Amino acid sequence: MSIFDLTIAQASAKLAAKEISAVELTTAYNDAVAALNPRLNAYITTTPELALEQAQAADARIAAGDATALTGIPIAVKDLFCTEGVRTTAASKILEPFIPPYESTVSAKLKAAGAVTLGKANLDEFAMGSSNITSGYGPVENPWKRAADQDAKLVPGGSSGGSAAAVAARIALAATGTDTGGSIRQPAAFTGLAGIKPTYGRCSRFGIVAFASSLDQAGPMARNTEDCALLLNAMAGFDEKDSTSAQREVPDFTKALNRGVKGLRIGIPAEYRLEGTNPEILALWDKGIEWLKTQGAEIVEISLPHTKYGLAVYYIVAPAEASSNLARYDGVRFGKRVDGVDLIDMYERTRAAGFGPEVKRRIMIGTYVLSHGYYDAYYLKAQKVRNLILRDFTTAFETVDAILTPTAPSAAFGLGEKMDDPVTMYLNDVFTVPASLAGVPAMSVPAGLNAEGLPLGLQVIGKHFDEETVFAVSAAIENAAGFSALPELRAK
Amino acid sequence: MSLDAATVRRIARLARIRVDDTEVETLKSELNAILGYVEQLGEVNVDGIEPLSGGAQMALRQREDYVTDGEIAEKVLANAPDREQNFFAVPKVVE
Repeated sequence: MSIFDLTIAQASAKLAAKEISAVELTTAYNDAVAALNPRLNAYITTTPELALEQAQAADARIAAGDATALTGIPIAVKDLFCTEGVRTTAASKILEPFIPPYESTVSAKLKAAGAVTLGKANLDEFAMGSSNITSGYGPVENPWKRAADQDAKLVPGGSSGGSAAAVAARIALAATGTDTGGSIRQPAAFTGLAGIKPTYGRCSRFGIVAFASSLDQAGPMARNTEDCALLLNAMAGFDEKDSTSAQREVPDFTKALNRGVKGLRIGIPAEYRLEGTNPEILALWDKGIEWLKTQGAEIVEISLPHTKYGLAVYYIVAPAEASSNLARYDGVRFGKRVDGVDLIDMYERTRAAGFGPEVKRRIMIGTYVLSHGYYDAYYLKAQKVRNLILRDFTTAFETVDAILTPTAPSAAFGLGEKMDDPVTMYLNDVFTVPASLAGVPAMSVPAGLNAEGLPLGLQVIGKHFDEETVFAVSAAIENAAGFSALPELRAK
Repeated sequence: MSLDAATVRRIARLARIRVDDTEVETLKSELNAILGYVEQLGEVNVDGIEPLSGGAQMALRQREDYVTDGEIAEKVLANAPDREQNFFAVPKVVE
């Protein structure tokens, strides 16, 4: 068994038993990053020396009997989390150069638990995208290949595409992601990983570069549900520095993994059977339903009638918030500046040079829907439909404990595909966006391969702050699916 | 409803993003595609429905109004593209 085959739980047990050291584990991963990252481009910044220092500290902590489940575990941190003293880019040239003078709460909590940071993972620029192709630092290659066409480069999904590719290729044991409309779940599905977007407010947003503040939420991406639970245990919790952080106890999520689904009522929303959805996706969904039924869950047909409006609401609300959040990039206090004849000209030239095309599009859509004369027709209307989408979930959860859907409408697609117009790309998020708008937790778990040999995921959606049921149902699917396929392109 | 070139330029100006003529044409068709897609919200009846502004199922927390940090001018200015002593420097605004 290779050192790269170890999950967090397994590596942690071996570290505790002194069968391996954190320095050995980190050195293996540092070497794997050096070997594979030039091809995959999963990391924007690698920090091998810092990782080694952290690994030495982890070994000392293990020796002192003061270790947590994450002490000495080498992870990738999405480059949207500010990391003190380590360049943070949000994959945008407008933040070049930017070295944060402070640490995000979530990455600080992982550091405090003893996790080792291998580097900062690539992403879509400001997390705006579903394929990682909008990154100002180049696209990420999905380590998975179509069985019949090993040369075609596929996207890892997005926006947490670097995190996904790094974990799938085993150049990170796990990673942090952020999810605004599907940015953890869709890339997890595209790369055969488990990934959870917790309830809005569960993880602090402090120090995460803001995209759409009412939707942004941090979460883990890992090899399996158990590793996700171990990570979320450390990442979650109240933070007074985030005004929307939830003042709630954080349960031990690992304890929910073996609860089983006996007696649980699982909702199957009719509206997710979209016309034209890939039959393989629908077949996998049916399989998932069967697995849960076999394990004792009761399957309940439900209706989420406003599902079809989710994307339209999202593509008003998220750009509106983004246009406001990204107003701070003006060339004055940090990042890039392009000189102009006066102050306004400097702003305009700086933002024209610093932002990529997708970010410009979204800022402009957001500016338009918030502008005088259009606010009511677009933004206010979208907020009202958002409330109807929340009501759909609230009503459904009066009769069911969790909801099962596909994660994405397709498997990973080729670099350069779905580029005809912005809306074609946006449709990737059709199954993930509604849970984001409602603020409920949702997890993608790998459930099978398509005919081309590419991974597909199923999504489990839960009630507000009931990640435990989400973990229980996801683990049940994981057990039944027995997903063990690996991409050929990986550290071995 | 669809945006014309003049409106695209006006939005770009409001957003403080410089655009050239070729970009205006591309942006016009892309922005119109997005606005065309979201038009479908017109068919939803929202009579009596309150707007939902946030994902948090709670009222925003209040806190005491006191200074929690400070005296970190060097940290604050460390990433400034241009500075004069302890100030961010910008082009002259008032002649």
